[in-house]
Amino acid sequence: MDNHYSNTSEVLLMKGNEAIAHAAIRCGCDGYFGYPITPQSEILETLAAEKPWETTGMVVVQAESEVASINMLYGGGGSGKRVMTSSSSPGIALMQEGMTYLAGAEIPALIVNVQRGGPGLGTIQPSQGDYFQATRGGGNGDYEVIVLAPASVQEMADFVDLAFELAFKYRTPAMILSDGVIGQMMEKVVLPPFKARRTEEEIRRDCPWATIGRTPDRKPNILTSLELRPEAMERHNLELQAKYRKIEAAEVRYEELLTDDAEVLIVAFGSAARIAQKAIDLLRAEGVRAGLLRPITLWPFPTLRIQQLAQQVRGILSFEINAGQMVQDIRLAVEGRTPVRHYGKMGGIVPTPDELIATLKSDFNL
Amino acid sequence: MDNVISPENIVYQKPTLLNDNDMHYCPGCSHGVVHKLIAEVIEEMGVADKTVGISPVGCAVFAYNYIDIDWQEAAHGRAPALATAIKRLWPDRLVFTYQGDGDLACIGTAETIHALNRGENIAIIFINNAIYGMTGGQMAPTTLMGMKTSTCPYGRQADLHGFPLKITEIAAQLEGTCYVTRQSVHSVAAIRKAKRAIRQAFENSINRRGSSLVEIVSTCSSGWKKTPIEANKWMEEHMFDYYHVGDLKTI
Ligand SMILES: Cc1ncc(C[n+]2csc(CCOP(=O)(O)OP(=O)(O)O)c2C)c(N)n1
Ligand code: SF4
Ligand SMILES: [Mg+2]
Repeated sequence: MDNHYSNTSEVLLMKGNEAIAHAAIRCGCDGYFGYPITPQSEILETLAAEKPWETTGMVVVQAESEVASINMLYGGGGSGKRVMTSSSSPGIALMQEGMTYLAGAEIPALIVNVQRGGPGLGTIQPSQGDYFQATRGGGNGDYEVIVLAPASVQEMADFVDLAFELAFKYRTPAMILSDGVIGQMMEKVVLPPFKARRTEEEIRRDCPWATIGRTPDRKPNILTSLELRPEAMERHNLELQAKYRKIEAAEVRYEELLTDDAEVLIVAFGSAARIAQKAIDLLRAEGVRAGLLRPITLWPFPTLRIQQLAQQVRGILSFEINAGQMVQDIRLAVEGRTPVRHYGKMGGIVPTPDELIATLKSDFNL
Repeated sequence: MDNVISPENIVYQKPTLLNDNDMHYCPGCSHGVVHKLIAEVIEEMGVADKTVGISPVGCAVFAYNYIDIDWQEAAHGRAPALATAIKRLWPDRLVFTYQGDGDLACIGTAETIHALNRGENIAIIFINNAIYGMTGGQMAPTTLMGMKTSTCPYGRQADLHGFPLKITEIAAQLEGTCYVTRQSVHSVAAIRKAKRAIRQAFENSINRRGSSLVEIVSTCSSGWKKTPIEANKWMEEHMFDYYHVGDLKTI
C-alpha cells in the first residue's frame, strides 16, 4: 500500500467505505470476498486499487454473487483466516443462508452492511431498515450475530479489527452495520496501526479447529452445521446458546451523552445518533434535559442500561431511519416502565434534528 | 486361519485414511467406491496433512465421517465457493470438492461455473447419478429424457422439464479448466481409470495448474428403484449413451 499515510497518527480525510478497506489491510485481514453494490462499492474498489496482495499478502476476490461471497467466508474463516465481505441491504439478504451456516458451524467472519433503503431493490439512498435483518437474522434456526454500529468514519476504521477479534474470540460471525451516510461521508480519520497477518503456526495455535490439513498428531477437523441425532443436536444448540449468553454478559457496548440528569432519553445508533446529538445540543440550549444512549453493539443490546435509564426519564424516543425496529428491543428492555415512542423516516430520507425535536416535544409534552 | 492375514498373504488392503465407520450408502451405490479411490489417492500422494475436502449437501454430506482428513461441510451447491477461498488463502494445499448432480449442476451452477472459469486451483469430483438421491429420488437437471423419478413420474419430457444438462461439456469450454474428464466406477477397469483421473485432478490442484473436473457417471439403485446389478446394467445401456465416458480436456 501507499506509504503516504504510513505514519499511523496522521489524520486523513476519507469516506467511511475507504476507511473500512484501509483498516482491513492494516489489521491483518487475510481475505476480502465481495460483489459490487451501491452504496459500498468503494470498499472493493479501494482494495483493488491498493493491491494488498503485493504487500501484506491479503487476498481480494470479486465473487460471482453475494451467495458465493458469504460461502467464501465459510471456507476462509473455516481455515482460520481473517476474512471479510461487504455489501448493502439486498446483497446482505442473499447472504442470510450463509450467515446461519457460519453460526451453526461456529466459523468466524466479518460481514459489513452499508445499508440502503428497502424493501426489495428499494433505493440506493441511506436507511437503517436492516436492524431486524441484522439482529434477528434472515437465516434459519436459533442463532445470533454480533452487530457493531459505527457512527463515524473513525469507527468504520476501528471496528474492523474489533469485529475480527470478537468473531475469533467467540467463533461466530460478526457484522458491521453501517449505512449509506457513514459509508459515503468524508471525515477525519486516524487509521489503525499495522498488525501482521497471522502465520501458519499462529493459526494452528490459536485456531486448533481450523481445517488446513490434518497433521498426524490430531483427529480430523470437521466443520459442519449438520447433526441428525436429536440429543447431539440439542447439545450443540445449548452450547451455542451458552456462548450467546456469555457474549451478552461481556460484550455490550454503548455510549452516553448527557444522561446523568436526563428527563427524556433518545436512543439512536449509527448515523441517526449523529443527528440526535445535534438535536440534544439544541434541546439543552432551550433548557430541555435530553440525553442520548447510542448502542454500539445492536446485538448484544444494552438492555440493562436502558432498563436503568427507564426508571429515571419521562419517556424514551427510539430514533431510527426506518419504520421502527430497534424500538421493539427498547420496549422489551423497558417492560412498560416508561412510555416508548419511535420516530424515523423511510425511502432514503434522512430526518433533520428539527424534525426530531418537534416529535420529541409533542410525544412527551415538553 | 490366522496366517491368512499375515502380511505376505495380503493382496488387498483398504487405505488407512478410510476409517471403519459403517457407510450409510445403499448397496451398489457409487459413492462408496469413489470415497475409497479418494482415500487411496490422498494416501498414495502422501498429502493428508495438506488436504482439505468439501462435502456437499446430498447423499455424500457425511463423506467426512469416512475419510480421515480435514473437511468442511458446505451449504447446498456452495462447495466451490468454499474451496475457492481455502485454496486462495492456503495456496500449497490440495483442495477438492465432492458434489452430486443436484448440488453441482442445479442449485450450485453459478458457483461451479465461476470457480472453474476463474481457474481456481481446485479439484471437483462430480457424482452424476441423474437423480436427487438423498431426498428420495426426485428429478435432477441431469435426469435423462423419459426417465421416471418421483417428480416426473411419467418420465422426463422436454416441454415440462427441459433437457438433461451436460455441465461437464460446458466446463470443458471454460478457459480456467485444465482437466475435464468423465469416468465411471462400474467395473474394475473403469475403477482403475477413475482413480488415475482423480489422481491427475489432485495433482493439478497441488501444482496449481487450474481447475479440474472429474465427473463420475454413477448409479443410484434406490432412486432408480433397481437392484445394484440392474442399476449398473441400466447405466451402461442408458447413461453412457448420453454422458460419454472419456477425457473432454487435458492440457
Ligand atoms: C437449500 C437447500 N435446498 C434443498 C435441500 C434439500 N436437498 C438435500 S440433498 C438434495 C439433492 C441432492 O442431490 P444430488 O446433489 O444429486 O446428490 P445425491 O444425493 O444424488 O448424491 C436436496 C434438494 C437442502 N438441503 N438445502
Ligand atoms: S440414495 Fe442413491 S446416491 Fe444415495 S446412497 Fe442410496 S444409492 Fe447412493
Ligand atoms: Mg444425484
